[in-house]
Formats: sequence, C-alpha cells, structure tokens
Amino acid sequence: MRTTSELDAEASSVNGEVRLKAEQVRLAYGDLVVTDGLDFKVLGGSITAVIGPNGCGKSTLLRALGRLMKTSSGQVLLDGKRIDRMPTRDVAKVLGVLPQSPIAPEGLTVADLVSRGRHPHQAWYRQWSSSDQDAVAEALSWTGMFELAERPVDQLSGGQKQRAWISMALAQGTDLLLLDEPTTFLDLAHQIDTLDLVERLHSETGRTVVMVLHDLNLAARYAQRLVAMRDGAIVASGTPSEVLTEQLLSDVFDLDARVMPDPVAGTPLVVPIGGRHRHAPDPVLPASDPP
Amino acid sequence: MTTTPVSSTLTSSQAMPPRVPGRPPLRIGRRCSGVWRPRSMLVAALGLTATVLAMAVNIGRGEYPISVLEVLGVLVGGGEETGRFIVLELRLPRSLTGALVGAAFGISGAITQAITRNALASPDIIGINAGASAAAVTVIVLGGTYGAVSGFVSVVGVPVAALGGGLLTATLIYLLAYRKGIEGYRLVLIGIGVQAVLMSLVSWLLIVASVTDATRAVVWLNGSLNARGWEHVVPVSLALLVLVPAALLLVFVLGALQFGDDTALGLGVRINGARTALLLVAVGLASVAVASAGPISFVALVAPQLAVRLVGASRPPLLASATVGAALTVTADLIARTAFGATELPVGIVTAVLGAPFLLYLLARRNREVRV
Repeated sequence: MRTTSELDAEASSVNGEVRLKAEQVRLAYGDLVVTDGLDFKVLGGSITAVIGPNGCGKSTLLRALGRLMKTSSGQVLLDGKRIDRMPTRDVAKVLGVLPQSPIAPEGLTVADLVSRGRHPHQAWYRQWSSSDQDAVAEALSWTGMFELAERPVDQLSGGQKQRAWISMALAQGTDLLLLDEPTTFLDLAHQIDTLDLVERLHSETGRTVVMVLHDLNLAARYAQRLVAMRDGAIVASGTPSEVLTEQLLSDVFDLDARVMPDPVAGTPLVVPIGGRHRHAPDPVLPASDPP
Repeated sequence: MTTTPVSSTLTSSQAMPPRVPGRPPLRIGRRCSGVWRPRSMLVAALGLTATVLAMAVNIGRGEYPISVLEVLGVLVGGGEETGRFIVLELRLPRSLTGALVGAAFGISGAITQAITRNALASPDIIGINAGASAAAVTVIVLGGTYGAVSGFVSVVGVPVAALGGGLLTATLIYLLAYRKGIEGYRLVLIGIGVQAVLMSLVSWLLIVASVTDATRAVVWLNGSLNARGWEHVVPVSLALLVLVPAALLLVFVLGALQFGDDTALGLGVRINGARTALLLVAVGLASVAVASAGPISFVALVAPQLAVRLVGASRPPLLASATVGAALTVTADLIARTAFGATELPVGIVTAVLGAPFLLYLLARRNREVRV
C-alpha cells in the first residue's frame, strides 16, 4: 500500500513537459456542441484522471485527444505538432487509445488480439517480425496473460479481458496511453486489479496515462492529477486533494457529500450523504485511525 | 499468474519467452515475415483438391462419358485426340468458369463479412449481386435482339453493366447504412431492402421483354454455367488476376478493421480509405462473377463461413474461402447436371437449396455475436 508521501515523490519526478494539449477546441456531434473553447494539457510522466457527471463531455474530450474525432475548431497538439496533420500511423507509434468496452471478434485468441497492437509497426510484407514477437511476448508476460495466450478473448472473464486489451496497448509500445473508463462493467476487485496494472504501467515503464474514471475515490487514489468537467467545461484541475472538495462535489455533481482522508492511502475519500441522512443534525462519523 | 520484471522502456527482450503461443513465425529472407498458420493452408489445399476432383468428375459426365483418370490425364497434357477435344474445348470451360466464379464469390464474401463483422453481410444477401443482375438484365433485355445477345454487347456490355450495377448498388447501400460508422445488422437490413427494390425492377424488365429475351434472362438470373466457353473464362480470370493480389495485399488491414472503428483508428488505420479499397475489391469480384455466370446464390455467404469454421479463425481466411467456394460451385453444378435424370437444372437452384438452410442456421444463432 502506498502512502501520500510516495505519491508526492512520484509527482515531483514528473518530467513535466507538455505531451498532449488541446487549444480552444470545439467538439460537436453534428449540431450538438459538446464543448467549446476548451483548453487541456497533459504533462509527461503523469497519471491524469478526468471525472465528471454523465454527459459532461469527458469521453468526447478523450476521443478528440486520441484523434478519434475531429475538432470543429481549435486544435490538438501531440508533442507540439498538430495531431490531425500527422500521419495517423505515426501517431499510433506514440499514442495508444483504449476505447470504452471494446469488442473483440468472436474466436480471436488473446495472442492474436495483443499482436494487433503491433499494427502501426507492420506492413503487408512484414506482419510478424522478431521485434513484434518480442513486444507481444513481453506484454503478455507483463500483464500475466501469457498462460492464457491461446484462449479466445470471448471466453475470458471481464477482468482478464481488460488485461488482454491493456496488453494490446502495451504491445503497441506507445509511451502515451488514453483509457476510456477502463473499469466499466468490472466488479470492485477487478477494478482495483486493472487500476493497479495501470499504476504499474506508469511507475515501472514510465508511461503517461490519461483516463476517464467514474469512481471518484479510485480516481483520487490512482491519479496524481484530477480534471473535473461539467457541461463541456473544465471546472477544476489539480491534485486530488485540491479538486475533491465538498464544494466542488456540490458544484459539479450536485452531490452532498463529506470528504475525508482515505484511511488507507490518505487521498480524499468521498462519502455521499444521500436523502436519508440529509436532514440529520450532524451525522456522527467514526473517527478514522491515523494511517 | 506470473509476471516478469520489465525494463523501463519495454524494448529489451532478455529473459523473455522466445515465442508467442499459437503464433509461430514464418520468415522469408530478412524483411518478410508473417504468422505460420498450417490449418489455414491445409484447408485451402483440401479445397483446391476437392475442386479439381469435382471438376474431373463433372467433365467426365455427359453424352460421351470419360473416366476421371482419363480427364485428369488430359488436364496434365496426355490423352488421345477425341478425348482432348471434348475435355478441353467442350467441357473444361464450364467447370473452370464454375471454379473461378466460386472462388471470386468466396473471397468477396470473406471480405464483406469481415469488414462488417457480420456473417449475413455477403454480396448475395445485401443486394450487390442483385444490383449487378439488374444492370445485366437491363442490357440483355434492352440491348439484345430476340435473345441473340452477341458480339460487343455480350462480351463487354453485360460484364461492364454488371460491374457498374454492383458498384452503384454497393455505394447506395453504404451511404444509406452509414451512421457514424457501419453497423453490421443495419447494413444487412438496408441491403435486403435495396435487394427487394432491385428484384422488382428485374421483374418489370422481364414483363416488358420479349419472350425469348425473358427466358434467357430467367435462366441467367438463376445462375447458370450452361454453355460456358473460353470466352467466359477469360474475363473472370483476368479480373481474378488483378483483384486477388489486391485482396491479399489489403488483408493486412482487415485484421485491424475487424475491431470497432475507434480501436482501428487508434491503431493507425485510415479506416475510410482501407474500407473503401476492400469494398471495391469485394464488389468487383462479386460483379465479375455475376457477369460470368449470373447471381449464383449463397456461395458468397456459405463458403467463407464454412472456411472460418474449418480453420478455426476469428475471420474468414481469404485463400481457404476461395477454394471452398470453388469446390462448392463445381460440386453444385455436378449435382445440377446429373442428379435429376435428363433435366439439367441451373447451378444456382442447387446452391439455393443447399444454402437456404445454412442461412436459417445463421439467423437462428443471431442472438449471439455472429462469427465472422
């Protein structure tokens, strides 16, 4: 288990340069404008979590950062260059994207799925080079999926599936990773398992991660930087303790909640109050043991 | 679960397992590499063998029976003169057209099924064959004089019309079905609708046509290999010579296109360009096949699905789909010619009888993710 001080140590080792940047972007699906004039920065070597209520535009922002959708105006810069003017294959060597609950074709084995991550490094005549093999074998071992390599993806459990997809992103060999709700449809144990994997990706391989997360407490645990969105605008950003305040929860989520230190990690812990306890005079909360 | 310590960049490969299970490498020279898939090769080879055998039996049957061994002897360059004439000039073109057309349908179906991730999205189900037919029947009915479609109109007009009709129909279906990407079932349903419109156009043409033209068109519409000569073999061979290598080059992208659009985009695939190129190849193959032998139904649906089950892959393998398609078509022609006594049926009726139950089976398991 980590403590706050370790988190801080990591945060200070962030190399700090801007890897991915959205400048005054306007994102729209047809006539429906999701966001306008949005600015967003991703610093190298960090884990950033984007939080916000449903429909706030956080997944849309992630898709635009990963050039999965075009900006109506404004621009997205990858390492200072306009992402929409770079060859998409070159982008795929630097930036990996894992969409929300991706679907694998029936019968596709884990090894075949992970090998697809090598696509940007391949050509029609070079589909399985020795460096492809090494990268895939290493990704499979690293996520603990090597033993399941020949199993069809559709026969795996939810947690194993997510490991397989993360292995694919790993085999792609990009140092920037965008994950759209990597924990959806997973039970709590597998959510932790998946986020531990993401955390290891960051700490052991130095990858920069941006992810959309629903669970605020887990976002506070695993990210060094939180970005809170509402109605297509960024309302707050900063360290978890700067962002997750009782006032912000009320402003962004319309949620009455208490925020206290997480007894395990020391990060902010959100405890919703809910209707039943709203009018109770000063709910008595158990004093948390000092970590 | 085991984890191996990993270097900070994930590039060093010391102490790593040498191979990836289930993906043995195939290397040619220093630059070329692929995955060695013996089962896929075996199925393709078996399909080819079955095609050659079915062709030999089919060629041997007729008013002047010839044994299978004798036919095979002629095919490798032996045999006496009468046998050579009957085999090479009279009977081989029919079987060869059947095999080539079957292969074209097989590859075409394999591509469209993989792109749409839907087994039902084959050119014969979603109306591409119907589009090619409607255009070809238009030429037969309006361009021919009492069934005597000949010369320029027959050699160039009908194939070109079929190709144009197929491409036009495919474009129409694609545009109608496109809504932030292509979703398999919407494409299939719209294709079925377009097919219905086109078939009513064909019916109208048959009503206004002369009796001779209509009769000819009806036989052609069922898909027939009757009276096919070398002049039918040449166009379809030329088309296959161009389109099959194109398909084999593009198959590399097909692997990434099998996923959802976002995943494919994330892997650096220019999905619109790749999908358009693949669809052009698939529609081209189907249209050329329709021009040569009529819209023989269900081969494009069944062959890739049979191949994918035999190979055990996640999408229909192109070469195996081609040889299975060829074997199916020639075998169906053999049944159509010989199983009903003196009556020779068009090959398309046999493929329809054999293919329809398979379609029902695919529909019955549509609640599950359909395998492509």
